[in-house]
Amino acid sequence: MTDKTGRLFEGADWDFLTLQRIHDACEDVAKKELGLDVYPNQIEVITAEQMLDAYSSVGMPLFYKHWSFGKHFAFHEASYRKGLMGLAYEIVINSSPCISYLMEENTATMQTLVIAHAAFGHNHFFKNNYLFKQWTDADGILDYLDFAKNYVSQCEARYGRVEVERTLDAAHALMSHGIDRYPGKKNIDLRAEEKRAGRRRQHEEEVFNDLWRTVPTGPSKSRSVLSIERRRKLLGLPQENLLYFLEKSAPRLAPWQRELLRIVRHIAQYFYPQSQTKVMNEGTATYVHYRIMSTLHKQGRITDGNFLEFLQSHTNVVFQPEFDDPRFSGFNPYALGFAMMQDIERIATNPEAEDREWFPDIAGKGDATGVLRDVWANYRDESFIGQFLSPRLMRHLRMFHLHDDPEERAGIRVDAIHDERGFRRVRRELARQHDVGFIDANIEVVDVDLAGDRRLILHHHVIKGSQLNETDAKRVLQHLADLWTYDVSLIEVDANDKVLREYVVSPRPIPAAA
Amino acid sequence: MAHIIDRRLNPGGKSLENRQRFLRRAKSLVQGAVKKTSQERDIKDVLEGGEVTIPLDGMHEPRFRREGGTRDMVLPGNKKFIEGDYLQRSGQGGAKDSGPGEGDSEDAFRFVLSRDEFVDLFLDDLELPDLAKRKITQTESEGLQRAGYTTSGSPANISVNRTVQLALARRIALRRPRKSEMDELEARIAECTDEDERAALVAELERLKAKSKRIPFIDPLDIRYRRFETVPKPVAQAVMFCLMDVSGSMSEHMKDLAKRFYMLLYVFLKRRYKHVEIVFIRHTDRAEEVDEQTFFYGPASGGTLVSSALQAMHEIVRERFNPSDWNIYAAQASDGDNSYSDGELAGMLLTEKILPVCQFFAYLEVGESGGSAFDLSDSSLWTLYERLRNSGAPLSMRKVSERSEIFPVFHDLFQRRENQEKAAP
Repeated sequence: MTDKTGRLFEGADWDFLTLQRIHDACEDVAKKELGLDVYPNQIEVITAEQMLDAYSSVGMPLFYKHWSFGKHFAFHEASYRKGLMGLAYEIVINSSPCISYLMEENTATMQTLVIAHAAFGHNHFFKNNYLFKQWTDADGILDYLDFAKNYVSQCEARYGRVEVERTLDAAHALMSHGIDRYPGKKNIDLRAEEKRAGRRRQHEEEVFNDLWRTVPTGPSKSRSVLSIERRRKLLGLPQENLLYFLEKSAPRLAPWQRELLRIVRHIAQYFYPQSQTKVMNEGTATYVHYRIMSTLHKQGRITDGNFLEFLQSHTNVVFQPEFDDPRFSGFNPYALGFAMMQDIERIATNPEAEDREWFPDIAGKGDATGVLRDVWANYRDESFIGQFLSPRLMRHLRMFHLHDDPEERAGIRVDAIHDERGFRRVRRELARQHDVGFIDANIEVVDVDLAGDRRLILHHHVIKGSQLNETDAKRVLQHLADLWTYDVSLIEVDANDKVLREYVVSPRPIPAAA
Repeated sequence: MAHIIDRRLNPGGKSLENRQRFLRRAKSLVQGAVKKTSQERDIKDVLEGGEVTIPLDGMHEPRFRREGGTRDMVLPGNKKFIEGDYLQRSGQGGAKDSGPGEGDSEDAFRFVLSRDEFVDLFLDDLELPDLAKRKITQTESEGLQRAGYTTSGSPANISVNRTVQLALARRIALRRPRKSEMDELEARIAECTDEDERAALVAELERLKAKSKRIPFIDPLDIRYRRFETVPKPVAQAVMFCLMDVSGSMSEHMKDLAKRFYMLLYVFLKRRYKHVEIVFIRHTDRAEEVDEQTFFYGPASGGTLVSSALQAMHEIVRERFNPSDWNIYAAQASDGDNSYSDGELAGMLLTEKILPVCQFFAYLEVGESGGSAFDLSDSSLWTLYERLRNSGAPLSMRKVSERSEIFPVFHDLFQRRENQEKAAP
């Protein structure tokens, strides 16, 4: 449905018919040339204010109410108004249908870029990457968020806003430790989750009988019956998912509080794959938009002028400042991901001797998109970098590895650089930098004395001497103790089980029931 | 096939509730920030809302964060390093901290408050003290009250209960045949074998049917509407007298302070109270009642006779504001100079005429910036008022010599008091 020149649009203006044409053209390239497999697309045009709204609720179209979102909103709004911050061109949601938000200010070229980037690049990655398949339920997420929103507001109506806020504050503080890192028995089904919550509540209401409370219990079992090993086993210890542990084992939480913890935990789990695939996700989307835009240009469906406009935005996106540049703030995931994927394309189609030695499996295979599709489906940042970062790219980006040991008087050591001796070490180190297992503190519940003073004992396994920030750790532990309602102690141990530091926090008294 | 949806027209303000929650939570912090910001600004600007900064600490969301220890990092852009080099820590060369925006770098949090949010927070804990006399006026405040039923009204006000009740009564009174009676009759007709009896029954049925048609189930006569009456609600009427000294002894700085004070008072009253009249009186050795424009911006000069303003206020009260109906307040600003001969008269006017009818009398003494003169001796008015206050008059007095003191003093004067004590010292 193009006009006689075959152009998708002229100039910068667009309307909804143009968007439809752009989408169809992109879809054509995406499916035929790149062989992408995507969720159905839902494209929504929004204003800057709506974009700010979306920012404050981590990009999701609906979310429960909480003050921290208001805080983020106020912050983003202030910096946006002052011109300190530009807004993203788009936000895309891992759901089915896959929702992409486009800003109304974008020019027609930018809308094309954004549709190719989000509605096809990200969308394909969401649908096919193993982490997303394993951990997220794209069909159910919007319904589940809707349920969560209603549930939270019901709780507020029943138990008071302050109480709900206290629980949510605590849950948010522990959110980064409310994640299962290893797949369990079954995949998550958020729709069933919602029904289950409703049924459980109904059941509790039906069978509630106050009499049971007054029934005298027999003499308690002697405490020596349970050996430590058995006790730990019963509680599923050690447990690194703190929210899960609290939800199941905290002695004095009300059922609705457990449900709130569960909601926060599910949402954290939903976002978990995104934090592990930043480089790949953005790299994929950038690579896809680059391919689609180039093809559209080759087909003569966008003009040279529009293509130049695209190239300018594209180069801004994949700009990687060097380490001594004032603009440097770590590796740009767009730049690294895109560079690696272009590199893989090169290795597959036009390898050099070095590539054949380093990547015997893919070098010269010919089918670059096939290789990439396989990469997109089966890797995360850490394994992707660990396997596919080529010596050529390391040389090109002139990567080097610094080792900073505070004990070392001489200064920071340059441990490896982009040479024969250093390639593998640089690559391993960069992969490690993208491994959440190394980034997040490794904290787990190791024991709890249920028969005694009910103190909860956690261990932080210190890696490379990096301990917790004291003020924050105390505050988070305070939240944890408030939920557990007994003392909590956190012990920092190093690899040799030597105790480096111990925190003990007692719960705050619960204010008289409101 | 893609769906393309235009969301731009969706109602905005999705984050409004979250924002309000945030403000509620940060209220004390924001309020402090608002007060601090407003000291630096013009009063007109205060009304425009604006940016405030609060310490992030109170709103901090903690997480487990790791810090310290040995660090490894891979960086791009090597130019001259080779393996085994050492870099000085203090120097450049990649020794910078990673992770901007984390931890300590965000210790203050800036955001923009809307006009309403700002002024509400600013005036939050202020009120006119002792607003005791409440009286019914003929003016706007009217409430609706249920007042029985009526036969006419708007369909929205139909009282279904009452209508059905009346219809039932009417049907019984007029003996409208019931459905069950007719059903029974029909059943008997169906069973009946005898021709004559059948004809009689049919005739009877016809009669009942005709009758039930004549007497409708619900007649327009039955319909009743809920009736509402407007009742005047008692409101507290108040009048605020603003007495300002504009004599020659008042320097520009002092006038500026006084005007700021009144501007603030004006804003406060206009925003918080619907039924407050404001009377502006300015005086030199003569007093005149002026409109707000002249009061705030008109030039004047001359000698000082405080009693003239008090006399003018007294006359206006007598003419227009009956003390039994009105809550009367006054705020006076002056540099404290008064002719000696006038002290006696002013004191008498105050004690005998003004203070007995006033709920609250605030006196603001403005001074030159630096304010050291205050330490030497009290001005003649201050001495006079202090004596009156000590004898138990509802009088509050403050001294101001710097712009930045205006807000705290204003706040102090009109702070909401728990136990309605009339004049805090």
